[in-house]
Amino acid sequence: MAIPGSNGVTAELATTGPAEFLVSRSRARRWKEQFIENLLFLSAFLSVATTVAIIVVLASGALSFLEDVSLLEFLFGRRWAPLLEPRSFGVLPLLCGSFLIVVGSAVTALPTGLFIGIFLSEYASERARSLIKPALEILAGIPTVVYGYFALTFVTPSLRALLPSTDIFNAASASIAVGIMILPMVASLCDDAMRAVPRSYREAGYSVGAVKFEVAAGVVVPAALGGIAASFLLAVSRAVGESMAVTLAAGATPKLTLNPLESIQTMTAYIVQVSLGDTPVGSVEYKTIFAVGALLFGITLAMNVLSHRVLRRLERRYK
Amino acid sequence: MNRTILASSSDLRRRRLADRAFGALCVGFTLLGLLALPLLLVQATKEGLPWLDLQFLTSFPSRFPANAGINSALWGTVWLGGLTASIAIPIGIAAALYLEEYPRGGRLADLIEINIANLAGVPSIVYGMLGLVIFVRALALQRSLIAGALTLSLLILPVIIVASREAIRAVPRSLREAAYALGATRWQVVRDHVLPAAAPGIMTGVILAMSRALGETAPLVMIGALTFVAFTPAGPLDEFTALPVQIFNWVSRPQPQFHDLAAAAIVVLLAIILLMNAAAILVRNRAQRRRKW
Repeated sequence: MAIPGSNGVTAELATTGPAEFLVSRSRARRWKEQFIENLLFLSAFLSVATTVAIIVVLASGALSFLEDVSLLEFLFGRRWAPLLEPRSFGVLPLLCGSFLIVVGSAVTALPTGLFIGIFLSEYASERARSLIKPALEILAGIPTVVYGYFALTFVTPSLRALLPSTDIFNAASASIAVGIMILPMVASLCDDAMRAVPRSYREAGYSVGAVKFEVAAGVVVPAALGGIAASFLLAVSRAVGESMAVTLAAGATPKLTLNPLESIQTMTAYIVQVSLGDTPVGSVEYKTIFAVGALLFGITLAMNVLSHRVLRRLERRYK
Repeated sequence: MNRTILASSSDLRRRRLADRAFGALCVGFTLLGLLALPLLLVQATKEGLPWLDLQFLTSFPSRFPANAGINSALWGTVWLGGLTASIAIPIGIAAALYLEEYPRGGRLADLIEINIANLAGVPSIVYGMLGLVIFVRALALQRSLIAGALTLSLLILPVIIVASREAIRAVPRSLREAAYALGATRWQVVRDHVLPAAAPGIMTGVILAMSRALGETAPLVMIGALTFVAFTPAGPLDEFTALPVQIFNWVSRPQPQFHDLAAAAIVVLLAIILLMNAAAILVRNRAQRRRKW
């Protein structure tokens, strides 16, 4: 019954009659809707599967490592030498290395980031903001390996010119680079936190005669303290997980030291070191990266969860 | 009485001084922080630019700095970018649509939401370990482009999902309700109205996520992309190297000439990434001007 110029719908209508056509069409439509919804759900659920996979991969590797090395030796041993005889699997030197980087980058980035945040939210004109914000975004988008290059070819020589006793590879240089890397994140999250403080708070401050500095430091910063703390936590967690700048600039010497001018090794740098060599799969050396990776994952996850919890509580307060 | 007024006026002078000092401190720290950007760019261009010529772009890696180039690394990055984009973008947008447009509430949606926020904070090297065990070993994809692209896709999915959700959430409710009122199904509303309206915002987020993927080094090093590769990949199952991996390799060598090569490769990588950032900003600004709501 092909009528010239008709489409599939009218042709179908002509063969089946209106009632059946509507029923079958709505059924097909419902089926299609359900199919698409399931597809979208699967995409969203992939994120849960990813988390499960990460946990399974790290946990199974770490557990099989713990069959060879006791948990006590791993967590409290003071010497890390899984690749050299006599072997030793105490993770404290690696933790100490990561800790040095965290402290150094926090000293570099947290005060600076907080002041930039205060400037952006309390002092900057719209025009200044529209220049500074994109500059920070660009800084945030620079790959970590570039920061590693920068640390090795610029920061380290500058440090050694100032303090000649500095090792070629040292924690200070890497932590300055990591600090610059996390700075944009601290600045823009602090800015967000302070901009979320209601205008009325500031006006209350001015109405009792406070000057701008007193409003910013005495009213806005305390009101935004939760958000500021959350941004610090997120930034520190990123510093712990950073791997390229520390591999390139901080060295490969696991060491229990608090001297930032010495060569050290972080947890992440150790994992990179093993992956660069040809460690046989299934050996204890190979399994160490999962034990260290699990520890790294646990530490960063704890910080992230805490920080998100703080942020969510704040969101509810100002809504 | 007189005395207290005098005291408070000198007090006020002190407070005004503190006020000005604090303002100057904020400006100073901002300038100090922003100084890092030109310092970084100047350092890389100063060292790298003299090496950057056609020969550098078209040669393979070499033991001799004068002959070395980034041909295989550049093509590896192009392949990796294309594969990662075609895996991560559709899945990321689909996940964002599900979370925004198909509200089921309940614990599963909450779980997915918290999960994505936490995934965004997982160190990239952990994704590398995941890729190594699942894609390289368990799925036996070896050190191939597709193994790298799958790893990078998992890494940037949370970024794409978060950005897309924000863009989708900004589409006004009235637009959806108008379409529903005319009898459109949920998918028709999403496909014909929500997606087009959210497209510029989604695109901005996607471009930024892709620029992040192209600069990632640690996960690729983990899955073993650091092999000496003297050919351009011809298909997704080929071995590969990529620009950031090549840079890492050159920086980690002791000879200063290799550091200069790394600087030249950094100039190329940064040019790509800055162009993508500029594109993202352009899309965002244009969309803001044209927005009807």
